[in-house]
Amino acid sequence: MSEIAKILLFMVSCVLTNNYIFSRFLGCCPFLGVSNKVETAAGMGIAVTFVMAIASLFTKLLYDLVLVPLSLEYLNTIGFIIVIASLVQLVEMFLKKTSPSLYRALGIYLPLITTNCAVLGVTILNINSGYNLFYSILNGTFGALGFLLAIVLMAGVRERLETSKVPQCLKGFSGSLIMAGLMAVAFMGFSGLGN
Amino acid sequence: MPKKEKSLSSVFMNGIIAENPTLRLVLGTCPTIASTTSAVNAVGMGAAATFVLVGSNVVISLLRNIIPDKVRIPAFIAVICTFVTIVQMFMQAFLHDLYESLGVFIPLIVVNCIILARAEAFASKNGVLASAVDGVGMGCGFTLAITCIAIIRELLGNGTIFGLNVFGADYEPMLLMILAPGGFMVFGGVLAISNLVTQHFEKKKKDEKGVIHA
Repeated sequence: MSEIAKILLFMVSCVLTNNYIFSRFLGCCPFLGVSNKVETAAGMGIAVTFVMAIASLFTKLLYDLVLVPLSLEYLNTIGFIIVIASLVQLVEMFLKKTSPSLYRALGIYLPLITTNCAVLGVTILNINSGYNLFYSILNGTFGALGFLLAIVLMAGVRERLETSKVPQCLKGFSGSLIMAGLMAVAFMGFSGLGN
Repeated sequence: MPKKEKSLSSVFMNGIIAENPTLRLVLGTCPTIASTTSAVNAVGMGAAATFVLVGSNVVISLLRNIIPDKVRIPAFIAVICTFVTIVQMFMQAFLHDLYESLGVFIPLIVVNCIILARAEAFASKNGVLASAVDGVGMGCGFTLAITCIAIIRELLGNGTIFGLNVFGADYEPMLLMILAPGGFMVFGGVLAISNLVTQHFEKKKKDEKGVIHA
């Protein structure tokens, strides 16, 4: 297979087959917490995409250029979380200065991203799977796009559920989780893709 | 102390029932779904999270007057991270099978919202002993809840409980339960049952109060 076909296949598998929420259970907290409305869900998804792509780049560089030469690989968790936390802060400051309108749209979601396990999860998976720098960035970007897809779809469903009659005990998180389960079944249909 | 200190037993029970992190507060959903494919995994994840919770609660409670308010979140995360790294190295050395099956979710205990939430809401405001008890209570509540979910998933998806065969060799396992969709659905179902029970007791309490007042 040519290199380009391989890359395309990798992108599709990141978004659909190995969707971070439905097949790896990463990022479930914001997925359930911020999926009440399509607009807020999209804002969160875009902010995550932004941070995840940059975080993949910087953590890979940190690991290869600092931690491995000093043989401090066991410090990767603490190093990565510091990188992510400071990146989130930087992105926030950068957006505030350069694009106030984008900052207003994403502002409230940015601090929440530090504790989004999908971001830390992607950076650790990049290292564990032995991806090179290019594939790490692809994995971060397209994995986050898969997250965006999932959270927007979920928000669409939940907006509809809001107006329908649901038993009291299934309101809120429990109903959403069962919905997520059904959506995960649908996403399992993609699993043959790319083999 | 302006406010009366809560008794230690009530702090402990608070974590198991009233504010059960998984079933009442719905925090830490990722490890809940990821580690409940078998009961052994769930107990392992629960024990690891409990250790981190107790350790970080104690250290943060000790440092609560030293950490400046502005940088408290990064400071909390650094403390939590240290304990997670200890757990990770311990499991890699002594419990290698469990380490392999939990995989990336051990380092991800760092971003488990339960731990940061307890650091922020409890340990940074209370004494060392109370914080340790709160850590144990919350950890036990988390472990109990995920073990319940794991037992259901393992029983349906594999026909076993803690690896012991229950249904006999003829049982056709429901593979879906072990996979991702089963995780979401069983968690949702258990949550719905817990809501139902809570509503029932709240209603009962209200009725009893009504009788007294009438």
